[in-house]
Parts: sequence; structure tokens; C-alpha cells
Amino acid sequence: MKKITHSQQMLFLFVLLVILLFFSLSVGRYSNNPLDVIQALRSKLGLVLQTDVAMENIVFYVRMPRIFAAMFIGAMLALSGAAYQGIFKNPLVSPDLLGVSSGACVGAAAAILLGFGMIERQLLAFWGGLFAVLLTTTIPKLFRNNSNMMMVLSGIIVGGFLNAVLAIMKFVAEAQTELSSIVFWQMGSVASVKKAELLAISPVLLICSILLLSLSWRINILSFGEVEAKTLGMNIKKIRGIIIICASLLTASAVSISGTVGWIGLIIPHLGRLLVGSDHTKLLPVTVLLGAIFMLVVDTTARALTSVEIPLSILTGFIGAPSFAYLLYRQRAKVS
Amino acid sequence: MEIAITQVSYAYKGCKELFNNVSFSIKSGQIICILGPNGIGKTTLLNCIANLTLPSQGHIVIDGHDMKRMLPQEVAKAIGFVPQIIEASFDYEVLEYVVTGCAPRLGTFERPKEQHYLVAKNALAQMGISHLSHKAYTEISGGERQQVSIARALAQQPKVILMDEPTAHLDYGNQIKVLKIIKRMAAERYGVVLTTHNPDQALLLKGKVAAFNKKGEFSFGDYKEVLNETFLRSIYGIDLHLCDIEELDRIACVAPKL
Repeated sequence: MKKITHSQQMLFLFVLLVILLFFSLSVGRYSNNPLDVIQALRSKLGLVLQTDVAMENIVFYVRMPRIFAAMFIGAMLALSGAAYQGIFKNPLVSPDLLGVSSGACVGAAAAILLGFGMIERQLLAFWGGLFAVLLTTTIPKLFRNNSNMMMVLSGIIVGGFLNAVLAIMKFVAEAQTELSSIVFWQMGSVASVKKAELLAISPVLLICSILLLSLSWRINILSFGEVEAKTLGMNIKKIRGIIIICASLLTASAVSISGTVGWIGLIIPHLGRLLVGSDHTKLLPVTVLLGAIFMLVVDTTARALTSVEIPLSILTGFIGAPSFAYLLYRQRAKVS
Repeated sequence: MEIAITQVSYAYKGCKELFNNVSFSIKSGQIICILGPNGIGKTTLLNCIANLTLPSQGHIVIDGHDMKRMLPQEVAKAIGFVPQIIEASFDYEVLEYVVTGCAPRLGTFERPKEQHYLVAKNALAQMGISHLSHKAYTEISGGERQQVSIARALAQQPKVILMDEPTAHLDYGNQIKVLKIIKRMAAERYGVVLTTHNPDQALLLKGKVAAFNKKGEFSFGDYKEVLNETFLRSIYGIDLHLCDIEELDRIACVAPKL
């Protein structure tokens, strides 16, 4: 087999993403015709006179925000997963590790119980996620033990506690309305994401992604362990701190607009490693594209497969769990 | 180049001191073997010099600069470290692993460039393991990993290289190979400090000896001055014999029959 270079792989994935994006734009209840989409795009660009206003509105105000939300969320969760796996030198770690998802769930559930609207719900989910990370990173400091294992255990403690809090909230919630909202939120959906919400998270998305991508070589060194990283002259505390904050911000903002979507942060980095190996300078960019592609496919399936919206976590679980088993099987020599 | 270790002590929080009042210095071209019984603090002493562990008392001074006030990056330019157990969580290519030795010379957001890969390739060539360059780190043997780690320490271009039991997980052939490499590094003006459980290695390397006896008392000096049968007994609690083997033109440390 001829060796494919990294840039060729990236180009291939990017082209694939664009093709899928266009395909996804064409799929929907109103019209399934790609030509209609081209027409709508051309009319938006002012190349032709507006012909089908409804189609144009659907493409730009219904499908587009949702599709971009799916791609952003996939990319963010996958990237933060790869970064977490690198610095915790553990390929079985996922963005849920530091309690981010549980924290965000508690935040969102609180907003639902208090009768807040969509925007407050997202804000609370975001702050809930951040609060959880803060808590998780504080515990090792209290114990004066800065090891990775302590951090992972601390994540389990915080996650467990927050899940109990969430259970109380579900228990006291009014079954018909509030409880179903919480449960639905926990299953994840990008169906109702608006352009404004995407714009609101884009600064976080941009800054954190750029920081993580530019620190990718340092993630390689951190993945050797603390002894080696320190004797190679790295300021572990500072750089690991930046990476944890960035990855957690990405997760929290993704979860705040889509609810919890499982599996992506775990399996996409594994898929990436199968394609380009463990070197994070190659792995992180590939993970971003793969995450976006995966989520785009999942969300398009979620809205097009049946006449009812399928919650994302159901699909990611059905696709994710067997894929993860397969990936582990392929890598069986490398997991000890 | 000189690293001066002055009256260094180490104690775990709230425990009795592990060692105290350790003083010696490391100069370019020197080989220093740290000897001592299990649990006496050999590795802890090495970790103190490697800037991994902060001594409870005393100073470690690199060319007139107190290590406590130096950035980790500056320390890493002077001191390279070859860890004992190398567990790989990810399957990096050997060359990618060795090139991380250049990290102290790169900015936080910088990535290794052509010139750094050249340094890494030279280090691999110096160790005679260029053929491993594109192998996955997880697929090479323990002996090869040890050599790859040393290659990375060379790519770091430090003045002094510290090795924590460099022969611990190696077969006898590879042990001698690593000792030869250490000898050659000293000839190339690197200072080398290693911990070992085998006093014969100190005799083979013919360098300095930094030793703790069973009571934790520290001695430092040339191997000829420090290593005698009485002293070896005080370290290991058994009778060891120093035999002059004419055929090999060397003194060997051997255990009596059981």
C-alpha cells in the first residue's frame, strides 16, 4: 500500500466533510433535492433571482444552524477527548471524566426546575460544567497529590456526587413537563439550535481549539508521564492547566447547546489513532475533522431516518459502543 | 561545568530523614555510581539532582546558579534524565520520541523543525540504533527502549546525564552494552551519574562512587579509595570479595559460594 501523507489525509477528510455537509443540507422533510439547495445557495449569493423563498429559509435558518451545530459539537467533543486522553496518558478517558457533563446536566436541570428559558438553561449548563471541573481539579490540591490517578479519582467523586444531585432534581421534578425536559436534555439534541447560540459559543470554540492544536506537541511530552515531562524542562502545572481548561471549556460549551452527547470524545480519538498513529500533532487536527464528520452523519440520521427526531445519545450509543469494541479489537496488541 | 551538591538532606513529611548531609560535585567527563542498599534513598538522591524532588535541606548549584531559582527549562538544558521504567501509553515512532529531547530548546507553542530532527537522528546514530527510527516505541525490546531513552537524553544536549538503574531490566549482554555506552559518553565529556545495585559495575566503570551504607552514612570518592571489602560489607551486609583477575586485567567484585 502506498503511504498516504498527513496532508493528503486531512484534505481527503475535509473534502468528505464538505460533501457530507452538502448532502445533509439536501436532506429533509421539505425537499430532498440537492438542486434546490444549489438554487437556494445561488440566490443567497445574489447570483440568481430569488425563486423559492421557503426553500431558502429552510436551508439557511433551519438546516444550516443545525448542521453547523452538529459539526461544531462533534469537533469540540472529539478534540477535547483526544486532549484529555493525551495528558492523562490513558486512551480510555473521555470528556465526561472531570465531571463536566454531570455538572452541565445539573445546571440545565436546575434551569428547567426554576422555569428558566433556553438561554438561561445554556448559561447554567455551561457554569455547571465549569464548576464541576473546578471542583475536580481542587480535590487533588487539597490532598497534596498532583498525580493523574488522583485527578481521575477526583473526577469520579465529583461525577458521582453531581449525579446524586441530578437524581434529587429528577425526583422532585414535575413528571409530565419538567422531568421529561430534563430527560430529553440528557439525551442530547441539536434540533433547536439557533444561529445566535452558535455565535455565542464560537469565541470559546475558536480560542480553545487553536490553543489545543498549538500545544499538541506538548501533549505528546505530557503523555510520557510527569517524570519525563519535568526532566524535559516543561512547566507541567501551567501547560497541563491550560489544556484541561481549554478541553473543559470546549466540552462545557458543546454540552450547553446540545445536551449530553455520549461516546464521541471517547471513540473518535481512537479512530484517529488508527488512521494517523499516536502523534498528537497529527492526531488532534484529524480528530477535529473526524468528530465533525461523525456528528454530522449521526445528526442527519437522527432527523432523516424516521418521522420522529431520534435523540443523539441513542444513536451515538448504538453506533459508538460496537465501534469502540471493534476499535479495541483492532488495537488489541496496544492496550495493556 | 560543575554541579555542586551541598549538605543535601531529604525527609518525607513527618518521617525520619532518609539521608542527610550529602555533599559532592559532578564535573564534565566524570562517571559517578550511586551505591547503597534497597530503600536507602539512592533514587531519591538522583531525583533531587534531576529537579524532580525538592531536598528538605541543602543546595544543588549548577555552575553557580541555585537550582531552586532556575526554571525547569534551564535545568533541563544542563541535566538530562534517563528514567528507569518506561511505560508507553501510546505507540509513538522512535524518532518522534527522541526528538522530544529538544523540548528545552523550543518555545511552548513551537514544534520541532528540520534541524531538531537532525539532532535526534544524530543521537540515534551515535547510539547505533538508526534502524529503529521508524519503529513504534511499543514494538521494540526493553534493551532497545533503554538505548532509545539514552538517545533522547543525548538529543537534549545536556552537560550531565542522570540514569536511574540503567541496567535494571536488561539481560547481561545489554547491561555491558549500556556500561560501554556510559564509558563512551564520559569520554565525550558528559558527566554521568547512575544508580546501580551491582558494585561490580562501579569497578568496571572506574569512576567515582557515592555510597550509602546500611546506616545511611554517606561516602564519596574515587572507586579505588571507597570500595574495599569492609566497606562493601557495610553496604550489603554480606562478604563480598574483590579479586584481581590478571587475565582480564581488572578487579572484580564477586560473592562467595553459597
